[in-house]
Amino acid sequence: MKKIILSFIYLFFSIIVLAQDSTVALTNRQATGLRAEGKIYVVLAVSVTILTGLFIYLIRLDRKISRLEKGS
Amino acid sequence: MRQVWWKILTVVLLLNTFIAGFLITVPNVGNLEHTIRNSFFHIPMWITQFVMVSVSLIYSIRYLRKPDIKNDIYAYEYAKSGIVFGSLGLATGMIWANYTWGASWSNDPKQLGVAIALLIYLAYFVLRNSMPDLDKRARVSAVYNIFAYFIYIPMIVVLPRMVESLHPGGKGVEGNPGFNGDDLNVAMKWVIRPAYIGWVLLGVWITTLRLRVQLLAEKKSNSHFAS
Repeated sequence: MKKIILSFIYLFFSIIVLAQDSTVALTNRQATGLRAEGKIYVVLAVSVTILTGLFIYLIRLDRKISRLEKGS
Repeated sequence: MRQVWWKILTVVLLLNTFIAGFLITVPNVGNLEHTIRNSFFHIPMWITQFVMVSVSLIYSIRYLRKPDIKNDIYAYEYAKSGIVFGSLGLATGMIWANYTWGASWSNDPKQLGVAIALLIYLAYFVLRNSMPDLDKRARVSAVYNIFAYFIYIPMIVVLPRMVESLHPGGKGVEGNPGFNGDDLNVAMKWVIRPAYIGWVLLGVWITTLRLRVQLLAEKKSNSHFAS
């Protein structure tokens, strides 16, 4: 359980970083937020989401194998 | 989960790689433009493959010194992970090459060397799976794995530096393809080095999961024999 909470904390770190960067991107006149800089930040959000999903999957797999090891 | 700290480190380092890798300002080198950010993803694949097959080599040598079936399983799984990362490196390299060198395959010495090296490792898996006798299988594949490693290193590390290459670090080009001092600015170096560690740790993590499943299966088949 502790690890799942930890992984969510890391997810939030990435959102904080995103939020900070959208202010930097405000220099672009028309596009703001995630739409700035040719919408590259959308790509960032997508890849970080995929990475986080893979990590959660990996952590769950790890815990499942740990349970198997304990059982045998 | 046993020994959790390095798994947390993996998560942190890779999240850092992705976030910083997209956000830092990068130098404009040649026609690379933003694709220079691929350095944070494409090069670590090769570093990870290199580490994985090196660990595999160590376990093969250990098997020959001390014939424990565990060493054989370790060597096999690390080689397998190495090939997964190598294939990812090849695929990402081809995508990158398509948009910067003009073609996904241009018979660059590194591309050719890697293709041959991957085939040599695939032969290792075929060889290992072709033998039903466990001890013989472990011994022959350990010997072959050592041979494969010492073909792989010249193919991927030595030969491409002795001829002209589109990759950085070829003949007449200064520097190392992974740590090219002139092309990477300080910010990129601070992203790429943790990225190497993060990706290698991810490779180790995935491999240890596979290893633990394999060892469980091994234990189970042994208890069958015992009962």
